[in-house]
Parts: sequence; C-alpha cells; structure tokens
Amino acid sequence: MSDSTDTGPVLAADGSPLKQSLARALRREKMRALALIAPLLLFVVLTFIIPILSMLFRSVENQIVSDTMPGTVAAIQDWEAGTGEAPDELVFQHLFIDLFNASEAKEHTKLGTRLNYEQTGLSSLFRTSGRRLDDIGETYQDPLEEIDPAFEEADFWYSMMNGEGGEGLLEERRDMWNAQIGGGMDGDVGFVPSSAMIDMLPWTTTAYTDWAIWAAIEDEDVVAEEEPWEAVYGALGMDLRNPETAAAIAAYDGPGAEQLQAAVANMDQLPQIGFREAFAEMDEDWLDPEVWDTIAVYSPRFTSGYFLTAVDLKLSAEGVTAQPEDRQLYIKLFNRTLFMSLVITGSCILLGYPVAWLLANLPLRTANVLMILVLLPFWTSLLVRTSAWKVLLQQQGVINEILVWLGFVDDANRLILMNNQTGTIIAMTHILLPFMILPLYSVMKTIDPSYLRAAKSLGATNFVAFWRVYFPQSVPGIGAGSILVFILSIGYYITPEIVGGTDGVFISNRIAYHISSSLNWGLAAALGSILLVVVLVLYWLYDRIVGIDNVKLGG
Amino acid sequence: MADGASNDAFVEFERVQKSYDGETLVVKDLNLSMPRGEFLTMLGPSGSGKTTCLMMLAGFETATHGDIRLGGMSINDIPPHKRGIGMVFQNYALFPHMTIAENLSFPLEVRGMGKSEREEKIKRALDMVEMGNFGGRRPAQLSGGQQQRVALARALVFEPELVLMDEPLGALDKQLREKMQFEITHLAHNLGITTVYVTHDQTEALTMSDRVAVFDDGRIQQLAPPDQLYESPENSFVAQFIGENNTLEGTVKELKGETCIVELDDGEIIDAKPVNVDKVGDRTQVSIRPERVEYNQDRLQEGAHTLDAEVLEFIYMGDIFRTRLRVAGNDEFIIKTRNAPDQQRLQPGEKIKIGWLAEDCRALDA
Repeated sequence: MSDSTDTGPVLAADGSPLKQSLARALRREKMRALALIAPLLLFVVLTFIIPILSMLFRSVENQIVSDTMPGTVAAIQDWEAGTGEAPDELVFQHLFIDLFNASEAKEHTKLGTRLNYEQTGLSSLFRTSGRRLDDIGETYQDPLEEIDPAFEEADFWYSMMNGEGGEGLLEERRDMWNAQIGGGMDGDVGFVPSSAMIDMLPWTTTAYTDWAIWAAIEDEDVVAEEEPWEAVYGALGMDLRNPETAAAIAAYDGPGAEQLQAAVANMDQLPQIGFREAFAEMDEDWLDPEVWDTIAVYSPRFTSGYFLTAVDLKLSAEGVTAQPEDRQLYIKLFNRTLFMSLVITGSCILLGYPVAWLLANLPLRTANVLMILVLLPFWTSLLVRTSAWKVLLQQQGVINEILVWLGFVDDANRLILMNNQTGTIIAMTHILLPFMILPLYSVMKTIDPSYLRAAKSLGATNFVAFWRVYFPQSVPGIGAGSILVFILSIGYYITPEIVGGTDGVFISNRIAYHISSSLNWGLAAALGSILLVVVLVLYWLYDRIVGIDNVKLGG
Repeated sequence: MADGASNDAFVEFERVQKSYDGETLVVKDLNLSMPRGEFLTMLGPSGSGKTTCLMMLAGFETATHGDIRLGGMSINDIPPHKRGIGMVFQNYALFPHMTIAENLSFPLEVRGMGKSEREEKIKRALDMVEMGNFGGRRPAQLSGGQQQRVALARALVFEPELVLMDEPLGALDKQLREKMQFEITHLAHNLGITTVYVTHDQTEALTMSDRVAVFDDGRIQQLAPPDQLYESPENSFVAQFIGENNTLEGTVKELKGETCIVELDDGEIIDAKPVNVDKVGDRTQVSIRPERVEYNQDRLQEGAHTLDAEVLEFIYMGDIFRTRLRVAGNDEFIIKTRNAPDQQRLQPGEKIKIGWLAEDCRALDA
C-alpha cells in the first residue's frame, strides 16, 4: 500500500471517506440499540415521566384564580393591598359578573377550595355567596320588570343587544368561558353584540354576551328565545348608575330605547346600594381586607405560594413571612424525615454488615440457606410485614409480653414501641435491611480472603487487618447500601403510616394526605419536588465526597 | 524418607497431620527439617498437600496432629501475626486501596516503627526489587511482573527470617517467569533468608531450589537436591513427575548388588539399577530418561542388553531431536538426541536397536 504519502482523507474500500462509512456503521448500530429500548422508553415516558412532570408543574400552577375571576383579578391590580381597606365598588362589580358566571358553571367552589388553602374560611365564603348572587341580580330584575314588562321578554333583549361589530367581545368572552371550564365552548352562538351597545351599556353587553354563549352552547338554547339570567339585570343596574350612560340613553333611539329611558327615569325604584354593600350584606367577610389580600397575592397565573407553604413560609401582602407558629409543620417534618432516615441507614449498616460478612465467608451451601433468610422478607407483602410489626410492637404485643414475663420490664411500665419514632425505626430497619445486605454482600464477595491473610502475615492483628485492609475495601458496598436505604426510606410511606402514629410519620405521609384527603395537590407537588431536590442534592454531595464510581452493586 | 530433626534445624515439621473433614488426611505424617538460609521448594500436583503445609507453617491452618517448630520453638499456638513470617501470595494480595509505598509501610506500621525509619526501609526494599520509582502508584496501575516484585518487597521489608511463597509466579508469562525465578533465587541467597517455595512447576523447582520436597498423596515422596531428584528418583511417582521419563513394566529376574536383570512383559531382558525392588520376582517399573537412551551401538557397554525399537515419529525441535519409538509394546517411548552435525536423523519406520547404561535405568516400585 502506498497511501502513506496520500495527504487526503483515508478512504474505505468502496472509495467513500472512512470517517463517513464508520459513522454510517455506528449509526446503524445505535438505531438498533434504540429500537431495542424503545418500547420501555415509550412506556416510561408516557406513564411515568410525563405524569410526574405534570404533577410537579402543579406546584407552581395557579391559573384557577385568574381563569375564574379574570375581571376581578384585572381590576384588583389598581387596589393597594395591605392598606386595611377592602377594594372599591369597581372591583365588586367585576366580582359580581365573574362570580355569577363561575357559579353558573359550578367553578366557584373549586376556586374557594383553592383559596381556602391559603386562608381558612374562603371556601364557605365562595360557596354561600355563589348561591346568593341570583338574589342580588333579582333586586334589579324585579323593579326593572315593574318599570316595563318588556324587560321580561327574550326578543326585547335580543333585538336590543344583537347587532354587529362586537365579534371581538364575543370571542373574548368565549375565551373566558373556555379558560374557566377547560374548553368546549366553541360553536355558533347565534348572537353578535352590537358595537353601539358595547359603547353605551358595557357591563350589560358583557353580561348578556356571557349568558348568550352559555345558553347557546352549554344549554343548547336559542339565544333569541330565552330570557337572560339575573346577572344581566345587575349589570344593567351598574350601567344605569353611571351618569354618562344616562346621557347616552337619552340620545339613543335604537331598539329598546323607550324602555331604557323609562328605567333611567325610575332609578329610584332600583336598589340604592352598590355592589360593595350588597356583597357586604350577603357576607361581611367580603369587606375583610385579609380576604382581598389573599385574592390579590394569589391572582398571578404562577405562584411560589405552594413552595413557601412547604417550608413554613407564606406569601402575604407584606411579602414572604413566616407561618404562624401553630401552622409551622413542614420544616419539622423534613428534618424528622432526614434524621430518621439517617438513623435507619445507620442501624441497617450496623445490623447488615456482620450478616453480609458471614454470607460472603461461609461455604456456598450454608450461605445460600442464609441468603434465603435474608431474601424472605422480599417475598412477603410489605403490608403484611408491617402489620406483623404492629402485632409485635404494641404494648400488649409479643415483645412487651416477653419482656414482662422475663421480668425485664414492669407490667405497669410496658415499653411504648409503636405509634412513635421508635416503631418506625424498628420496622423500617427490618424492611430495608436486605437493601443494605445485598450490595454489601456482593462487594464483600469480591474481596479475596488472601488480603486478610496477607495482612495477618505482615503482622496485623485480626482487628487491624479488618479495619485497615478489609473494611476500606467494603466501603463501596456500604456506600451503595446506604444510598439505597436512605433514598428508599426518605420517601417511605406505608410503614410510618401504620406504625408511626403521629410522631413517627414522614413527609411522604403528609404528601399522601394532601393528595388524597385535603386534595391540595399543589402543596403535595411542592413537597414532593422539595423531597426530590433534597435527594438529588444528597446524591450530588455523596458523589463529591465518596465518588459514585466507588459504589458497587456487585462484580 | 525425610531427614530427621537435627539440632541446627530452623524449620521443623514433626509427624504433622492435617484433616479438614475428620475422614481423610490431606497431610499424612509429614516430617521435614530445614536449616537456616535454605531455599526449599514444595513441589507436587494439586491436592498433594503442599499448600496446606505452607498454610500450616504460616498459621492460617492448624495441624490436626504433630508439631511445627520455628527456630526450635513450637509455633502451633502462635497466631499468624506473631510468627514474623513473610509471605508472597499467588495473586500477590497487594492491598488495592493503598499505594505501593503504603503497602510496604503496612507491616512496619503495625510493628510501631517510626516514620523516618519506615521510609528508609521502604526505599531500600523497593530499590532492591528495582521498583524505586513506583512508590506512589496503586497496585492496579502496575503490570503483573511489577506487582510480583512489590509483593516480594512487601514480604521482605520487615526483614523476616523465613519467607513463604505460594506459587508466586503462576500468573506470569513464561519469559517473565524465568526472569523472576532467577531474581528471587538471587535475592534469597544474597539476603540469606530461609525460603519455603510452593509450586507445581517442576522446572521452577529444579532451577531455584537448594532442595526440593516432592509431595504426593499427603506425603513427601522424596526430599533431595534438584540433581539427585532428577537423576536418582526414589520411586516411580518422582520419576514420572520430575522431567520426562520412559517407563517399561516388568519383573525382576536377577538381583546382583548394584545391577539387576528385569524381564519385560513381552519377554525381553534389560539391565537396570535396583532402587526400590527387594527380591527376585517383584513387579517393577523401570524408568529411563529420554536423553540417556543410546542407539549408537558403539557407545554401549560390552554385553549390555539391547531392545528392538521401531521409529514412529521424528520431531525436530531445534536444539534437540525428539524421536518417538515403539519399544516392548510401548508406543510412547521417547528419546532425545542433541542436534550435533554428525547426529543421525532417524526416519519413521526405521528399525533400530536401543540400549543404555545400567545405572541410568532405575528399577522402581510398580
């Protein structure tokens, strides 16, 4: 071959550059490897990663407030939180429209539940108020129908409101509904607000449009044939109270001009109080500035509130402050979880190391029998094992009975081994022990017994030989076992739940509580995210200190 | 068989037995005595008990019966770490988590030696095995031969009077092994250390040792210097085990002092030297080294018996020729001849007559 003098790229047999054909060959191999793992990858992504990500996303998600009360949230921006005063009439007018829509869509209770996480009492405030908004509307509807029966008629409203040029408003309100109930409000409404009405009666037009969309699409009615809901009358009341509107109505001569002018003339028959007072009459908490602080603070679409709650802080009008003493819970729980996990890991090392050593040094046949004993717990249901511990540990349980019978413990002073930290530590040490023994065993198995002999022949006593020669070589096994046990125990749920009582529960029990009982998924997600971050940080620290290359699960 | 206990013996085994299961003896009645400074090799097939003997000497196994003495003191009850015996293991057993210098420092530290003294000794020991620049490395960063040297240095650094080596060269390739054999022998002799060396490689045993103890079936079959072992095996096991060997079976016909006449099974008669045959009529295996077989009639003694042989195969091996013959019904009879200019190259199928000096043909136990 004479291509040693050739300065160009090395060529493959078929004349293409060697690099290119190598890359082609490697790519084919990679594709084959990818095809092999594709089913599992797809499964994991679809059923595990995506749900987890969406769950974690809930920890910052807060759309419900602005989706349910878009007008109120926009109006409240001008109100200064923390002044000790509830907002003014305008905000309450928006609140009436938003909350009326929400209660028709049955969304106001969800919002109440959400805000109730931040301030107790808001749930019932929203629930009861939502029911009584119709009444406020009726205080306008009744007198208006007195003034002119035409206000009762569907075609009167339709001919007055329908027109052209209001497509923008229609789409805007349609988006509002879609955001509120999560879509499905698309389709023909059979109504377009007239631009003249938008200018003259903005509240009324908005409320009528809201109703029209709801009636046409959700109730599948014909807009022109139905009487609007009470909110429209309330909204007309808002418009009529505006002095400029009264002037505009006087100059108006389109459909319904006569009736509107009659209404203006008889303003004294309409309620004389504003919506602020109406809400206050309904429930005086609506004038509580704290309620409005909470709504204002939690109005953005994303919030750090869940995370702050998860570390015993809270978001308030004054910024981030500590939770009141009696509501501080999570830092203590995190600390307890970490501390107990450490204790469990430590006791697993203490108990598991000698067993692993024995397993690694006994003749194979005996070791196999012992190994079965170690693995036996794996083959028993976790719930059964934990329940068995309940039987053993309780005050009238097996352990106490034996101790009393042996005379170690007085009958009156039986040991409290359950429903506290002791119980959790004992049961979890037992349950997680195999996860310590197995990696330890597989590492110890690879340590040649001749090292110990060598050390002894060099003059080391049994202890020195063990400590300076054997132990350092078994550290990778301790590392692997500790990581396994620690990470498993930090997120453990069933065992602390059953034997932990109140003192011995972990953060995961609190997460489960928020997932299944209080339904505060945002907080659960925040707690879970923090737990995940703590584990990752610890893993990183471990890698820095011990080195992850030193972790051996075998071989 | 073995030398009896003598007063200047440094290492002594006296009637030592060892059994692991209480049913069979791995070591049966071992008697051995080594003077100070000797290089003794325990040679034998696997399972012959040689490693067990070494482990008993090191203290990792206890003798079931008998006495092991070191410098006149019984060491049966002394734990391994107090025996002060250096040991080189088959896999070297260098501590993987320590550097080379730390490995060497270990035996000195456990003896409570000061830092400066330690460093000096480590340096000297590493220089001795020409590994002076490797103190900071880890065992995994060294080649097999280098690890071997370090293991040797570690066994010697605390200046033991007795060093045990358990097949230390087994993992090395042939060339390196030969080099290390030479170096170990020199080191042992220069330092005047008493060495017990275990191997199953007879070449290694012959080239390195002052004396070789051939083990089989839990007993020392023969304990002798290499030349004696090769030239005068005392029984057929030793003859078979050491070097290449031709065996013919027959019956003792006549016994007269230093020679005897053996009638082979096919009726032919040969001369032999009686080694462990007692009387006429005994069955015997006669053993002849391939290089002592002669087919040039001129070199044979007057009146020597000869055998008919047929050449089956001629193998050219460079320095020697190796010829396979059929002799007295034995197809595996080998002769070796030097590749000299005048040497005749036998052709397969050729019929020749072979013979030997009576003292080269040893009549051993059957």
